[in-house]
Amino acid sequence: MTMRIPVSALIGLTMMVFFFSLAVFAPLIAPYGIGEVVGDVWEPMSAKHWLGTDNIGRDLLTRMIYGARTTIFIASAATVLSFTLGTLLALGAVVLGGWVDMALSRFIDLIMSIPTLIFALVVLSVVPTSILILIVLMGLLDTTRVYRLARAVAVDINVMDYVEAARLRGEGTRWIVLREILPNALSPLVAELGLRFIFMVLFISTLSFLGLGVLPPDTDWGAIVKENKEGLVYGIPAALAPAVAIATLAISVNLVADWVLNRTTSLKGGRNA
Amino acid sequence: MPSHLILLVIQRLALGVLLLLASSVLIFAGTQILPGDVAQAVLGQSATPEAIANLRTEMGLNEPAVSRYLKWLFGAVQGDFGTALTNGADIGTSISKRLGNTLFLAFWAAVISVPLAILLGLIAVRFRNRWPDRLISAMSLATISVPEFVIGYVFMFFVAVKLRWVPSVSMINDSMSLMQKLQSIALPVIVLTFVVLAHMMRMTRAAILNVMESPYIETAELKGLSRFAVITKHALPNSVAPIVNVVMLNLAYLVVGVVVVEVIFVYPGMGQYLVDHVAKRDIPVVQAAGLIFASVYILLNMAADIIGIVANPRLRHPK
Repeated sequence: MTMRIPVSALIGLTMMVFFFSLAVFAPLIAPYGIGEVVGDVWEPMSAKHWLGTDNIGRDLLTRMIYGARTTIFIASAATVLSFTLGTLLALGAVVLGGWVDMALSRFIDLIMSIPTLIFALVVLSVVPTSILILIVLMGLLDTTRVYRLARAVAVDINVMDYVEAARLRGEGTRWIVLREILPNALSPLVAELGLRFIFMVLFISTLSFLGLGVLPPDTDWGAIVKENKEGLVYGIPAALAPAVAIATLAISVNLVADWVLNRTTSLKGGRNA
Repeated sequence: MPSHLILLVIQRLALGVLLLLASSVLIFAGTQILPGDVAQAVLGQSATPEAIANLRTEMGLNEPAVSRYLKWLFGAVQGDFGTALTNGADIGTSISKRLGNTLFLAFWAAVISVPLAILLGLIAVRFRNRWPDRLISAMSLATISVPEFVIGYVFMFFVAVKLRWVPSVSMINDSMSLMQKLQSIALPVIVLTFVVLAHMMRMTRAAILNVMESPYIETAELKGLSRFAVITKHALPNSVAPIVNVVMLNLAYLVVGVVVVEVIFVYPGMGQYLVDHVAKRDIPVVQAAGLIFASVYILLNMAADIIGIVANPRLRHPK
């Protein structure tokens, strides 16, 4: 199979690299300080302030760059958490089987019967809001979806001959999970990684927009929308900048994920090839 | 209805009731997971010990968790959710009004989005892999990638602020006529429609494609039946279950989408009520609203399953 990256995936990759470098190098790139008031309220775009200023006169471009940092950091950390936990739980459940699998799967079903946003809101009404808590909460809630997918994939692999062979030669559970099943389950899971990341970006943005996510002095894209939404009624489009950023990031990750997904399904041959 | 079908439906109903109960436990437990004290969390670090002790008594925190849960659940089943911590108002009364408003909004969004999604799904199948199909796929990819509030503000900015066609804030009250109410909720309804349309279209397309590619459709065509007869006699009866399923799942999705849309348009419904009181740490209100959202979601999912069972010709006519 030749490695030809389609145009759409290339665009997606470029945009992703752009956003991730913004996140990593935010303090170096941002023209002003994160909380620095540098002008009037809601100044229009100018050479000095490329995106204008926000609701209390901070440079909007600076806020956007720092916002990218927080949004992408939280979303990545939560994705890593949900992925690691969801995959390990699912593989463990499949290999151990029996009542462990049964109990864990039914419990996951139960959590999924409550809408994620509603569950998050209920928990956030009692716990103090911090970035760490947001990451853990989002990661745990999304573990359910990763678990379901990983379990479905692992059930197929678990009955393969090479896993049976490993069992017969007396390998332990750890070996079977990490050396036999995990490497073979990885490619369908990696395609899902992108979709989970988008979900996390949308999730943290929504929470911050509702005023229940990232709190000042930190900021993220959802919080920037919230801060500047009053301006919309007076025809000031400041709140649309983070909105466009969220959409662009999500679409570019989607494009890349689509490509990875197509590649992994065609690798499998058979059914979907 | 054959007896094994009734049995399946009863099983599903029982499972639904079980899920409702378990979700109420989860919601109750979700507000108890804090290692410290709920009263402390509500009042903040600077509260005096007396104030905390008073609140503990008022919230019944001195009783064991199980008896508090049972009391709460029995109250909730009878529509008694207690009083709000922040203003002492009866939660049941506040909710009944707001729930009506939310259902009004969700109803009109459903009335528009369901037929539209099925129509677009059919068009996508009819022109499969040609430009209408590709356009529809691209549009649904775009809307899925964007959070509800982005769609909401883009519409608000261009339709309400720039073009001034509709008000940017959706106030609603009893003195308004139906037409006034509809005009007021026009924008949130459009946004909600967009939010669910993409999912519903994709799922409808997949469901119909699945049926149209079945061997029995090919057989019917090879028998020389007219295209119309193939669709009405063979394709339609088999598509009903998956399409109804898609519709129900998206109505459930709508119920959640409503939370964000209500906040955007300052609409006096359940979603805004919930979000407001999460910020104020008014736990009884959050529990009540959370329970109602979760119940509606679970009931719609259950309805989807049951309709799927009843409408499935294979289950209706067993061999």
